[in-house]
Amino acid sequence: MKITLKIWRQEKPSADGAMKTYALDDVSEDMSFLEMLDQLNEQLNNNGEEPVAFDSDCREGICGMCGLMINGQAHGPVQTTTCQLHMRSFKDGDTITVEPWRADAFPVLRDLCVDRGALDRMIQAGGYVSANTGSAPDAHATPVPKANADRAFEAATCIGCGACVAACPNASASLFVGAKITHLGELPQGQPERHTRVVGMVAQHDDEGFGGCTNIGECSAACPQEIPLDVISQLNKDLRNALRAGA
Amino acid sequence: MTQQKTTDTTPGTGPEMTQTIDRPDTTDPGARPDLRPGSGDAAGYFLEGVPIRDGKAPSGPISERWGARQFDARLVNPANRRKLSVIIVGTGLAGASAAATMGEQGYAVKAFFYQDSPRRAHSIAAQGGINAAKNYKGDGDSVHRLFYDTVKGGDYRSRESNVYRLAEVSVNIIDQCVAQGVPFAREYGGLLDNRSFGGVQVSRTFYARGQTGQQLLIGAYQALERQVGAGTVATYSRHEMLELVVVDGRARGIVARDLVTGAIETHLADAVVLASGGYGNVFYLSTNALGSNVTATWRAHRKGALFGNPCYTQIHPTCIPVSGDHQSKLTLMSESLRNDGRIWVPKNTEDREKDPREIPEEDRDYYLERIYPSFGNLVPRDIASRAAKYQCDEGKGVGPGGLGVYLDFADAIKRLGRPAVVTKYGNLFDMYSRITGEDPYATPMRIYPAVHYVMGGLWVDYDLQSSIPGLFVTGEANFSDHGANRLGASALMQGLADGYFVLPNTIRDYLADGPFEKITEANPAVVAAQQDVEQRIAKLMSVNGTRSVDSYHKELGHIMWEYCGMERSEEGLKKAVGMIRELREDFWRNVRILGSADSLNQALEKAGRVVDFLELGELMCIDALNRRESCGGHFRAESQTEDGEALRDDAGYSYVAAWEWGGEAGMPILHKEDLVYEFVEMKQRSYK
Ligand SMILES: Cc1cc2nc3c(=O)[nH]c(=O)nc-3n(C[C@H](O)[C@H](O)[C@H](O)COP(=O)(O)OP(=O)(O)OC[C@H]3O[C@@H](n4cnc5c(N)ncnc54)[C@H](O)[C@@H]3O)c2cc1C
Ligand code: FES
Repeated sequence: MKITLKIWRQEKPSADGAMKTYALDDVSEDMSFLEMLDQLNEQLNNNGEEPVAFDSDCREGICGMCGLMINGQAHGPVQTTTCQLHMRSFKDGDTITVEPWRADAFPVLRDLCVDRGALDRMIQAGGYVSANTGSAPDAHATPVPKANADRAFEAATCIGCGACVAACPNASASLFVGAKITHLGELPQGQPERHTRVVGMVAQHDDEGFGGCTNIGECSAACPQEIPLDVISQLNKDLRNALRAGA
Repeated sequence: MTQQKTTDTTPGTGPEMTQTIDRPDTTDPGARPDLRPGSGDAAGYFLEGVPIRDGKAPSGPISERWGARQFDARLVNPANRRKLSVIIVGTGLAGASAAATMGEQGYAVKAFFYQDSPRRAHSIAAQGGINAAKNYKGDGDSVHRLFYDTVKGGDYRSRESNVYRLAEVSVNIIDQCVAQGVPFAREYGGLLDNRSFGGVQVSRTFYARGQTGQQLLIGAYQALERQVGAGTVATYSRHEMLELVVVDGRARGIVARDLVTGAIETHLADAVVLASGGYGNVFYLSTNALGSNVTATWRAHRKGALFGNPCYTQIHPTCIPVSGDHQSKLTLMSESLRNDGRIWVPKNTEDREKDPREIPEEDRDYYLERIYPSFGNLVPRDIASRAAKYQCDEGKGVGPGGLGVYLDFADAIKRLGRPAVVTKYGNLFDMYSRITGEDPYATPMRIYPAVHYVMGGLWVDYDLQSSIPGLFVTGEANFSDHGANRLGASALMQGLADGYFVLPNTIRDYLADGPFEKITEANPAVVAAQQDVEQRIAKLMSVNGTRSVDSYHKELGHIMWEYCGMERSEEGLKKAVGMIRELREDFWRNVRILGSADSLNQALEKAGRVVDFLELGELMCIDALNRRESCGGHFRAESQTEDGEALRDDAGYSYVAAWEWGGEAGMPILHKEDLVYEFVEMKQRSYK
């Protein structure tokens, strides 16, 4: 198929960016979206033009490194990661716009690459269980009801790609934080630090410049891991309880 | 000519060569009286040096060895730990676990990784599970059985002491992960569930749906970030190590490039740990993450670290077949699928194009169940992969190019019901259908082997220390525990064993002599390392030829897959060495990298990695050429049984091939480490 691409080009963090148009003639529908961009870059390189910078690593939907706004949608028209989106979702003659994640907390580094360090800093602020190596009791010492283990797992599948932030009109990271609060809150191991965790993570969230949640649900709808919206209710509930307890 | 000693004189550090050797220049025959021309198939391609021995190899009853080593390894007083700095390259399971643990213990740790977050390391992609000898199922498992299975699975080419230790600490790993909040799969009673993996007959694999690596890595990542918050660990994201700094024979730091600004930075420390993962991407197409590379370990190799068994590669039997030339990577379908899926090909070649659902039972050949009745679909990976290749070579393969076999869940869906299959394998099925556009619940999947893992890596002793004192290597980056073939669910086990439990206990013996003499960035060895990196980058940027980096990488991958892949022969390997040498020359004349070196430049990043793959590829072929036997994942056409199974030659090759860098113009130097089996009897493997 023939595809026209409009892509955000920006040389460095401090530079102004602009959309540029490129034409690709020979795109196969079996290609992933990123393989299509690989082909564009090969073409640009042959023509002496600098390739487009974009992030990816595992290319199988699990590392969370990739992430593009495709026609204004985080990760594009299918609810999956950009690397798992395939060109069979488009048709011959389509024009596709490709932009980086847009959020104050995710500054653009170059072209389509952004800095998502804010997500790591929120984990540093409490998204863990304090259990030094070597201190653990036998794994069967505390059984965990299957329903709790399953809900913890579901929330823990978050890949930290940032699509929730990019999709949210307020650029809130509440789905990301809620997923971690729910993952650890469902497990007995997460209880001792339950209050300090939620307070710490939420404070860091606000410090980083993420917006507030107004319950629109765009985050969950864009999430490639289909993290359910109820993790945000869990987050709010836990925060209220923690504040009430004076944490 | 360099005359730097690789044998350290400090007691308790470094490998023990049977005699002191000096580091290369092998272009000058008089310089190294310890070397003689290599013999055998690879004669003319290598020199042979003195044998090597693991100077830390413990003795005594095997079950007491690790305990004894932990006791003997000197302690570092908690107040001194703050003054000791450690650089860890890599934040996969092996690196993040080590960084977190050493941070908890109070050392000053710096962790480097090329992605934007430590959580994105390639370990995140591991699907199936992690082994541990918990015997929670009461099915006869034990530390000794896991040890035995792993030695046998590795086709008797690993060290008994290391493997035993791995099996021993496996039980602690599960405890540690559960304490961190890793949500493993559980049964209705609330206890942990297990599944089986290839090459074993007990159920000892712990899992979290098809995302075990992700959950384990997030556990280690959170522990790491907790230490970042506590100030013991500093992380360096989007930083790539490009050189090792060796001062007075000890590893003292690294040179890294900040991938955003292009700045070349030197970081110094008391010890360096490489946890940089495997080099399967030398084949271009593999199941590894795109950025996985050999640069960290290869640069250390060029600085004197021996490289162990570079040719031992694992080809995984269940991957999604290649769909076209545009393909950038291959996707694994977890081996756990072989628990319930059945592998078959049509008996008649004319059925190849037929809808598989219309091929009647009697016209299907469930070849693994037929040839290996006791293990069936659960034979080890090397055997399953070769069996698939043979079927396709006979013209029975299905799908594009006839390079595929069926993996069929129809029986499992009938037996367990669709919901149970969804719970166990749902995300894998989804992935398959996204990539291929086919529905695996309705029609059998097509699979084909792909490069997946490397057993080879930097040579280390029992302490995980390389042949450069102060340089430690953990996880897939070292060569140590899997022999010639790794069993499923054992890489996660090894990465976490190394990082949480082994390294922190052995590195303290080295650090007990520190802090080492302060060195500055003005030290000549530091300046030289930094300049090497700057010059290499300047050279790459200045070629300004016509071909893209990717095109070279692809071509190298084709050569490696064709001649150093599932089946290797003397003729093919010799041809490959010649082809790689030509390709390397052409690369330096004709590669084109646009943009600048002082900004984010992904083509430049890739070029640096391909430079090192082009050298590694040649060494892999020479190692494979030298080893005229078949063992595990290394299959030499010249060495097979009558029915086509791998035929080992224990008298000739029961050794670790530890290669020394011979200089750009010289030949690599082989040091042999004999493998001795005291507790497991060496047998021809049989899974029939
Ligand atoms: C698809 C897939 C599925 C798998 N499934 C399983 C399974 O079910 N069970 C199992 O046991 N094993 C499995 N494996 C194997 C296992 O995942 C890996 O062997 C293991 O995770 C490797 O861990 P590691 O910590 O050694 O390295 P990695 O996780 O590869 O981490 C490497 C780290 O090094 C960093 N790095 C690399 N080079 C540099 C450099 N030059 N400079 C700076 N940083 C650098 C990277 O940024 C990264 O942080 C699977 C592998 C694949 C590919
Ligand atoms: S590249 Fe890893 S999720 Fe897309």
